[in-house]
Amino acid sequence: MADTDVKAPAAEAGEAAAEAADETPKKPVDPNFEPEIIVFACHYCAYAAADLAGSMRLQYPTNIRMIKLPCTGKLEVIHLLKAIEAGADGVYAAGCLEGECHYLKGNLWARKRVNHVKDLLQEVDIDPARVEMYNMSSAEGAKFAAAATEFTERIKQLGPSPLRRDGVNAHAAAREALGGTAMPDDPTPSGAATAQEGHAE
Amino acid sequence: MITAERKPLDEIIELVGDKKKILVAGCDTCVAICLTGGEKEAEILASELRIKAQQDGREVEVEHTAAIRQCEWEYLDMIAEKVEAADVVVSMACGIGIQSMAEKFSPRLVMPAVNTNMLGMPQEHAVWLERCGACGDCVIGETAGICPVVRCSKSLMNGPCGGSHDGLCEVTGPDKEEIDCAWHLIWERLKEQGREEMMIKNRPPKKWNLSSSGGPRKMVREEAKPV
Repeated sequence: MADTDVKAPAAEAGEAAAEAADETPKKPVDPNFEPEIIVFACHYCAYAAADLAGSMRLQYPTNIRMIKLPCTGKLEVIHLLKAIEAGADGVYAAGCLEGECHYLKGNLWARKRVNHVKDLLQEVDIDPARVEMYNMSSAEGAKFAAAATEFTERIKQLGPSPLRRDGVNAHAAAREALGGTAMPDDPTPSGAATAQEGHAE
Repeated sequence: MITAERKPLDEIIELVGDKKKILVAGCDTCVAICLTGGEKEAEILASELRIKAQQDGREVEVEHTAAIRQCEWEYLDMIAEKVEAADVVVSMACGIGIQSMAEKFSPRLVMPAVNTNMLGMPQEHAVWLERCGACGDCVIGETAGICPVVRCSKSLMNGPCGGSHDGLCEVTGPDKEEIDCAWHLIWERLKEQGREEMMIKNRPPKKWNLSSSGGPRKMVREEAKPV
């Protein structure tokens, strides 16, 4: 099913990094490890898809912490890096399908920045697989749930971030780094529904 | 503008050595425009240095700042407090800015985080091409606005050489990309300008003593010096 095929399109830097990561012996997965994952979600697609996943009563891991953006194109290298630095075990951006960005190319910029962050993480000996870019439409609740599940499983395999520190909240740090760029979370599902309407315009 | 490229992280870490308080200082003029060493890039490098130190089990304090221009004393005053609180400054400015910092804040260590590489123009977004060699004796009035000093691989003043073919130079760039033959470009534009005769004009040896080979250069504008 296309709906559940969430493999992020091959990113050159990401692919090379994934190969490098494969060379390291796999550690046994700690069953008690609950990763903290930051999701930078676009208001027009992934955020609405998350709301739809909820309405559809789909199950996905509770490890993800969402931050809503007006577009993934607002995401800068430093925002991803700050989340990692604050000890997030994984970070991903979820934007619109390629070619369907509300602002034309925001999601393509986001992919480039995510790939650049993968390169930077390699420089500092952090597994580049800890950051990723996903694309989905607002109608793809199942794809949102599948992405959250796939990424959470990936991070569980990788284990906790070596940068984790007690008392540091990666979600709060990422929000702080974004400043006014991050949008407030919707108080009720009706807010997300409005986003869907906005997308249809 | 002056362009620069960031050094590899390992090299920067080696330059910093065992210093604990590190200030990453960006420069918000040329190197910010070429997306290498402005405040944004300084913040990214500071974050990388903190992450790597934590990974290596080293305790460091890394902050970042940026001067509007590191090559002017007045702008350095604005970041003096932060510089003086640091054990070492990692400067992301061009070679001029780094030296200004090192001179003003001596004996504090100021280390380069970038390699200054050329005077380039942004041909398109995120692509810079070398356009000037600051040779001190400009000839582009005779060469149709195309600099043979930096755009001809041999800096020929009476080109082209025998290595020009189909408008391309026999030399390729660092990534094996083709380079336009500067003298072919000059010929084409001279034709457009109706100045073909300039092509056969003999240019005697250039005054290279006005270039960097004549020792460090100095410029003084007496009429503008403060009284």
